[in-house]
Amino acid sequence: MLTIKDLTVKIEDKTILKGLNLTINPGEVHAIMGPNGSGKSTLANVIAGREEYEVVGGQILFNGEDLLEMEVEERAHAGVFLAFQYPVEIPGVSNANFLKSAINSLRTARGEEELDAITTLKLIREKAALVEMDEKFLQRSLNEGFSGGEKKRNEMLQMALLEPQLAVLDETDSGLDIDALKVVANAVNKLRDEERSFVVVTHYQRLLNYIIPDFVHVLYNGVIVKSGGKELALELEDRGYEWVKELATV
Amino acid sequence: MSESMQILEDHTKTEYKYGFTSDLEMDALPKGLNEDVVKHISKKKNEPEFMLEYRLKAFRHWKTLKEPTWHNVHYDPIDYQDIIYYAAPKPKKELQSLDEVDPDLLKTFEKLGIPLNEQKILAGVAVDAVLDSVSVKTTYKEKLAELGIIFCSFSEAVQEHPELIKKYLGTVVPYTDNYFAALNAAVFSDGSFVYIPEGVRCPMELSTYFRINMANTGQFERTLVVAEPGSYVSYLEGCTAPMRDENQLHAAVVELISKENATVKYSTVQNWYPGNDKGEGGIYNFVTKRGLCAGRNAKITWTQVETGSAITWKYPSCILKGDHSVGEFYSVAVTNNLQQADTGTKMIHIGKNTKSTIISKGISAGKSQNSYRGLVKIGPKATNAHNFSQCDSLLMGDRCGAHTFPYLEVDNPSAQVEHEATTSKIGEDQLFYLKQRGFSEEDAINTIVSGFCKDVFQELPMEFAAEAKKLLGISLEGSVG
Repeated sequence: MLTIKDLTVKIEDKTILKGLNLTINPGEVHAIMGPNGSGKSTLANVIAGREEYEVVGGQILFNGEDLLEMEVEERAHAGVFLAFQYPVEIPGVSNANFLKSAINSLRTARGEEELDAITTLKLIREKAALVEMDEKFLQRSLNEGFSGGEKKRNEMLQMALLEPQLAVLDETDSGLDIDALKVVANAVNKLRDEERSFVVVTHYQRLLNYIIPDFVHVLYNGVIVKSGGKELALELEDRGYEWVKELATV
Repeated sequence: MSESMQILEDHTKTEYKYGFTSDLEMDALPKGLNEDVVKHISKKKNEPEFMLEYRLKAFRHWKTLKEPTWHNVHYDPIDYQDIIYYAAPKPKKELQSLDEVDPDLLKTFEKLGIPLNEQKILAGVAVDAVLDSVSVKTTYKEKLAELGIIFCSFSEAVQEHPELIKKYLGTVVPYTDNYFAALNAAVFSDGSFVYIPEGVRCPMELSTYFRINMANTGQFERTLVVAEPGSYVSYLEGCTAPMRDENQLHAAVVELISKENATVKYSTVQNWYPGNDKGEGGIYNFVTKRGLCAGRNAKITWTQVETGSAITWKYPSCILKGDHSVGEFYSVAVTNNLQQADTGTKMIHIGKNTKSTIISKGISAGKSQNSYRGLVKIGPKATNAHNFSQCDSLLMGDRCGAHTFPYLEVDNPSAQVEHEATTSKIGEDQLFYLKQRGFSEEDAINTIVSGFCKDVFQELPMEFAAEAKKLLGISLEGSVG
């Protein structure tokens, strides 16, 4: 579904990703781990199409299409979802209206009919229950004054509503207490199926106790230095990132 | 067909009629301004003696004044002797089909969702009459008349209700007020007059859309609204469709009088031609708007959405004279390209327990400059006066400017005055977030801007608010990225 070949990315004059390769098949969950500054978030943002990153080499194919040629919203329409590390606040825009517009912009782009207000609201309520979000957050301005945990819940709510084909979670677990972490994991697990794939970017192994990945990749200095199964995460937890740095120098 | 649609049709027909009337006087005075011109205007309009005197006094005063320069806008000097101050209504140049109309204008109409027939009217294309609008107009006028409400052109009011004009004209904005108010008082051509009798709640929004006489309100417009005790009126001015005018200088005066327990809501959407992207040809809009809360519990609310004009100079104000009276000002001012806006309000607290609220949202894009200028004055007798001001600026890009000039004069120690101000930049982060959720760039900008302006839009009548939102989106198109 997603094939990344030799991806090289710069921001300003610094090269962050240095020829990264990764293949993700439908239904797989890939965890990307690595120390701070290794390029994890860069990878997540480049997949979603953030402009300040300059792709200087390589290719990303999504279902055979050149993802890098697509606009940000076109990628969303095609089924790419990014759960943000720092979801932005947009004052004066009610969460419910935002969710409704998001659902309908995807439907319109796919040639489907827009959902009416009542159906949308019903759907939103149903999914809000899934992420244990109090309905009062639907009437508030988008993310405004939300705690870190509430913002991440809201990201998961959006993911559940938009039903992406590929969901990229950019350090969704950072700063969450154990209860919020479980909510995030629960949302991912409920959405896991044979067609949908996940890229879970995380600094800590903790989240992977709840989301069991099919593959774990260790990113260091802009390349994947080691890949393995779920046990790799535990080994990392044990041996720390210093071990990875040694791997990289070999 | 809804009532408002019928009214639109009505308006449509009215303009159409003027477009074809062949017996209109075609005379225009030569350029320039002197006492003879003022006398001529008054005579042409068949005005009573008191009006001529008023105009002459204003003119003599204007001659002693200098054009103000304290505002934060810049323009080449205006040659006041190079302006025609009186021209009889001229038929608009008639086009045969929409193919002859500027395609940019049509594109904007389409985006605003303006019906085809109305598009034709606004662009000056001949249309066939679609319904018998005369009956609609009559029904409408009859309904208001039954309640004793007067809603007519200013000229008509001078003829039909001279006693009311004599009593109220210039009582809130005297001709001595400022340069442009003096000029307006001397040469104003026409405008609107509204009178709501005691205890009457005006059952519909009074809108310039369906004002009875639309011809040639033009350059120096004069509006007077009088709300007797216990009455209520909501007045809408302007139009979201782009308005072009060959007169570059506009200097309007609006006076509102709200008596005991009366409420006047005055909403404006201003979309005069802002000039092209080089800043050429736009309208200079120098407006004096002021309301007097004359009695106890009187209330005046100004709501404005300003997107047009090359230069906007405008401070809708409230004089809170009656005890417990309330003044409100809700404003969205958008500037793009080379537009300049210097706008805000004055809240003058005179009575006890008076209360004022100021919510100002400035949006700057392109190379534009957007200034908020506001005065809150608490007089010595205004015990327990309360003011809340919030001035927010949103910048799009890094070549525009936002400025805030709050002035505060407090002469009573019991006053409570709160001022909040923020400046934010429309963030790449916000745009990226919305686009990642499938929003187009245009929808993303509209969403962020509408959110920013929510506090003001919710004060507008609902249909107007929806149009205003669209208008904002169009005004800001292409201003990010």
